[in-house]
Amino acid sequence: MTIGTAAQPLRIAIVGSGPSGFYAAEALLDSSHCIEVDMIERLPVPYGLVRHGVAPDHAKLKSVTSLFDGIARREGFRLFGNVEMGRDVTATQLQAMYHAVIVATGADGDRALDIPGEELDGVHAAADFVGWYNGRPECANLRFDLSKEVVAVIGQGNVAIDVCRMLALPVSALRSTDIAGHALDALAGSRVREIHLVGRRGPAQAKFTPKELRELGTLPGWQVIVDPAALELNDASRAEAADPGSPFIAKNLQVLRGFASQSRTTSRAIHLHFERAPVAMHGEERVQALMLQWQRLEGQAGQQRAVQTEREERLEAGLVFRSVGYCGTRLPGLPFDAVRGVIPNTGGRVTDECGSILPGWYATGWIKRGPTGLIGTNRLDSVETVERLVEDLPLLGVPRIGRAALQAALAERGQRVISFDDWLMIERAERENGQRSGKLSEKFVNVAHMLDAVQRSRVEVGQC
Amino acid sequence: MTHVVTDNCRGCRYTDCVASCPVACFHLNEARVYIDPELCIDCSACIPACPVHAIVEEFDLAEDQQHWIDINAKASVRYPLIRAKLPPLDGADDRRRALGY
Repeated sequence: MTIGTAAQPLRIAIVGSGPSGFYAAEALLDSSHCIEVDMIERLPVPYGLVRHGVAPDHAKLKSVTSLFDGIARREGFRLFGNVEMGRDVTATQLQAMYHAVIVATGADGDRALDIPGEELDGVHAAADFVGWYNGRPECANLRFDLSKEVVAVIGQGNVAIDVCRMLALPVSALRSTDIAGHALDALAGSRVREIHLVGRRGPAQAKFTPKELRELGTLPGWQVIVDPAALELNDASRAEAADPGSPFIAKNLQVLRGFASQSRTTSRAIHLHFERAPVAMHGEERVQALMLQWQRLEGQAGQQRAVQTEREERLEAGLVFRSVGYCGTRLPGLPFDAVRGVIPNTGGRVTDECGSILPGWYATGWIKRGPTGLIGTNRLDSVETVERLVEDLPLLGVPRIGRAALQAALAERGQRVISFDDWLMIERAERENGQRSGKLSEKFVNVAHMLDAVQRSRVEVGQC
Repeated sequence: MTHVVTDNCRGCRYTDCVASCPVACFHLNEARVYIDPELCIDCSACIPACPVHAIVEEFDLAEDQQHWIDINAKASVRYPLIRAKLPPLDGADDRRRALGY
C-alpha cells in the first residue's frame, strides 16, 4: 500500500519540541506527501532551548517561536505535551504506532571537567544556571551563592558568554524580560564584581560568535580585559584566522583587539583568559580557587591541540561555572554513543552501535550532531534528516495507526496531554502574571502549576 | 540591528544561507538574495554559510556599505520569499574565484 496518501497518511512522531523538532515538522509538512506529525514533549511547554536556553535579554532570538507557532497551526500537526518517551510511552510502542520516529531531544546533559575538587560546593554546571534563570522546572530550586565577588566561568562558547553577561547585566536590563522571578530577585542582590572567563584554547579557536563577544563590551559599568600578549598568534592560528570558511575567527580577533587596547576605567571587569586549563579546584567545603595550567597550542592549522606546560597559576574564585559542552542523554530503548553524547546515525538515520541502520528511527539536531551551531543550523540539519526519511518511504510501507493509537495508550494510563491550544492558555497565563510586575512574562517553573493553568483556563471557557 | 546581504551575492546566488535561516527571511530576484530586517532574528547562522562572504551584521558594515541596509529592507518587500536552497547561478564559481574565495 502506498503511504503518504489521504487513505494512508505517513504517520510520524517527533520526540522533542525544540528548534530541531519544529524544523523537522516543517520539512515533513512541506513535502508533497499527506502527513500526520505528532510532536511529543516531556514538559507541558514547548520550544526546548529557545524557552529554557536562550538568555532572557535576547528577545529577538526568542521571537523565532512565532515561526514555530505557525508550524504548529498547520494541518496535520499535533502537540502531545506532558508526554515523555520512556515514561508515558515506550520506544517500542512508538515504533509500532508510527511509520517513523524522529528523535530531537537535544543535549541537556553537561560535561564534567573530571578534575580534583570539582565536587566542592559552589562549582556548578553552566547549563544549570542557564536553566535556573530561564525557569526550567528541574533547575528552579537550585541556589547560586551570588554573595561571592569573584566568579570563574570555564568555557569558550556562547553559553559561557551568556553566563558572564547574565552575571554582569544590571537587573534594570532584565526586569521587563521573561527571566524567572527567583533569578531576578537573586541577581538583584548579587555582589559579583569580577568575572574570569577561562579556556584551554586560544582566541582563534574560541567558539564564541562575534556578536555575543562584542556584546560583553557593552555592559554598563563593566569592562572586558584581555592581555594583548594573549592575542599574539602562532603561524597555525594565523592561518586559521585567514581561512575564508571560518569568517567568525577574524571578527572575534578584531573584537578582542579592541578590548585589549582599552585602558581600565571601571572597577568591575570580565577578564578573558586563553590557553589556561583548569586542573584542580581548591577549598574546604566551598570552592575558593582554581589551579590553571598554562597551555601551548601545537599542530597544523585546523588541527591544533592545547598541550600542557609546566607553568601553573592560582585563580581565586568563590563561585565557578563550567561550560565545556552539553551532551545528549541516553533514551530508553535506543542506541547511544556515550563518548560523543549523541545517538549514532548516518545523515540522520539511526544506527546501532555497530553501524547497522535501525529502520524507522531518525535523529536530528544536537542529539544527532552534538551541541554545535546556531538556531538556524538546526533547520539545515532537520531538512537533511527528513530527506533521508522520505527516501526511505518504500521501506516504511507497513500500515500504522499513528495518532489514534497514541491517544488510546495515553488515555489508558490516564496521562494528561497538553495540546498546542492548551499551551497557548499556559502562555497567556504567564503573560498575565508577568504584566502585574511589568515583565514580558512570568514563566511557571513547576509542572503542576502549568497543568493548573490549563485547568483554570478550560473552566473559564467552559470546556470542563 | 539586522543582517544584510551585500554585493558579493550578485551573480553568485549560492543560497546556502536560505537553508540555514531559522525564520525564512530571505527573498530573491534573478541576480541575488536579500534579508527582510523585520523578520531576521540576528542568529548569524547565514554568515558562515555564504561561500562568498556576502552576508554581514549591520554592525560590521563599512561606512561606504551602509546603503545595503536600505536596499535589503526595500527589496525584501518587493521580491518573493525563498525557503529552500537553489542551484547557484551560471558562472557563480567563476565569480567566487574572482572575489578571492
